[in-house]
Amino acid sequence: MANKVIMKGNEALAEAAILAGCRHYFGYPITPQTEVAAYMAKKMPKIGGTFLQAESEIAAINMVIGVASAGKRVMTSSSSPGISLKSEGLSYLAGCDLPAMIVNVQRGGPGLGGIQPSQADYFQATRGGGHGDYHMLVFAPSTVQEMVSLTVKGFDLADKYRMPSMLLADGTLGQMMEPVVLDVGEIKTYDKPWALTGTELKREHNIVNSLFLQPEELEQVNFARYKMYEEIEATESMYDTYLMDDADICIVAFGIAARVSKNAIDAARAEGIKVGMIRPITLWPFPKKPLLEAADRVSSFISVELSMGQMIEDIELAIRCKKPVSLCNRVGGMIPTTEDILNAIRKAAKGGNA
Amino acid sequence: MNYKRLNIIAGHYGSGKTNIAINLAMQMKADGLDVVCADLDIVNPYFRSKDARCALEKKGIAMIASEYANTNVDMPAMPSSAYSMFDNTERCAVIDLGGDDVGAAALGRFRNSILRENNYDCFWVVNPYRPLTSTVDLALQAKEEMEAVLGFRFTKIINNANLGDETTAEDILGVLPYMDELSKVTGLPIAFTVCKEDLFPDLSEKINHLFPVTLYLRQGWNKKGE
Repeated sequence: MANKVIMKGNEALAEAAILAGCRHYFGYPITPQTEVAAYMAKKMPKIGGTFLQAESEIAAINMVIGVASAGKRVMTSSSSPGISLKSEGLSYLAGCDLPAMIVNVQRGGPGLGGIQPSQADYFQATRGGGHGDYHMLVFAPSTVQEMVSLTVKGFDLADKYRMPSMLLADGTLGQMMEPVVLDVGEIKTYDKPWALTGTELKREHNIVNSLFLQPEELEQVNFARYKMYEEIEATESMYDTYLMDDADICIVAFGIAARVSKNAIDAARAEGIKVGMIRPITLWPFPKKPLLEAADRVSSFISVELSMGQMIEDIELAIRCKKPVSLCNRVGGMIPTTEDILNAIRKAAKGGNA
Repeated sequence: MNYKRLNIIAGHYGSGKTNIAINLAMQMKADGLDVVCADLDIVNPYFRSKDARCALEKKGIAMIASEYANTNVDMPAMPSSAYSMFDNTERCAVIDLGGDDVGAAALGRFRNSILRENNYDCFWVVNPYRPLTSTVDLALQAKEEMEAVLGFRFTKIINNANLGDETTAEDILGVLPYMDELSKVTGLPIAFTVCKEDLFPDLSEKINHLFPVTLYLRQGWNKKGE
């Protein structure tokens, strides 16, 4: 049998976590990511791992903090309202310099919102979510195959930099089925001399903590963390381009929006409009450099989002407002159609913008 | 194919039940039968047979579905019109269940009517390219779980080996030994093997009872021309 299988995005990311060495999963069911928990419940007991349905999202994220402190790879997943509940824990993970994988399969909001797909947690993900100065690594898959590769990448970079990683998908990517190859290559492992593994009276005890009694000390910790963030911004941003060589209009879209955009670009090209796309794969660090470079070549940008316009702010910052950026969006669980995006491209081609 | 009045489509989630249900209803209609298609999926929030409502109604096939299907109401609701399938025994029905034992539970309240009338096929949809049914043993385990909830046995197997858009004729031919074993172990016949329409010419001489299907659950983010 071929080494290809067909999987739902939610299952595929769960399997990828297992392949990445994650043996601890804590979660609480919520549509549209419940298959992650269902898959872990089936698989973890068979491979000596731990699946635990916590009594709440808040409990789940605190269990994640516990396992991360012990130096083990650990994951939790939820959808938008559940991530809000976990946000306190995200801040604690960052404050304790702990690696962990958090999955958000977004649904429409705010509040209870709805169960259909959305990208409206962009601000929450890229600005941290919880309180205080911190970042998470944020990965935005646009295929089921990328759900696999970016989950593995997320675990890797979380360990490398001792910080939380978030996989920011949307309901469609969680629910859709596509063929995937579950070949994730060699999994890198990292020494974790800081982990709470028991001293056996052979070393000084480790402390994992986000409380600092002296403000001078807390300031230095924040400075050091942001020094590291600078390095990450310089080296770890990921993006993909489509037909950008001769493009006069640049679409910026991630996740499911990028897939519809690709079809719209093909349709616009057939009409003779030179349009291309830069697809951010990491949302933090945001791929500022290719956007700034594109700003010198294109006449305008279109941000295609399933939100009221969140990433558009990062685009404007990245290009230093050199060129106009228009917004093409649907919200509330709706996805822009190829026609929606094609119309936005036609409008931009005529020099109009929002 | 000789149809029974009630055609229950069950299987592991993601095995392809919904698309088969839609295509089977259309085939039955084309064969001159009066048929309704029922979306009794109480598990899946997205990609439901209700998505194909227009395509079905265009062909004169009524759709029975929860009014909450494809809305933001995250509720495993059963449409009251589902009872009409058991009251009106003049009309055939294709029943699309949700995945696994959880999805099969939706039919529980109708079990007695189904067994009393005894004019049904309960199709077990199997796609060996799904990791949790990738071996015969795994598939059999899932079957036991579903039958325990259904309260009756499957009667036929549907071979729905596929890798979505990327399925090749070789992918389907490659699972025939698996399907033969599944059929032998369970004593159930393979009702038919599903393939995308474009693979039909390649496979029609190699596989008996080949059922070409159109993929109805297509969306704007799928690659064009597929």
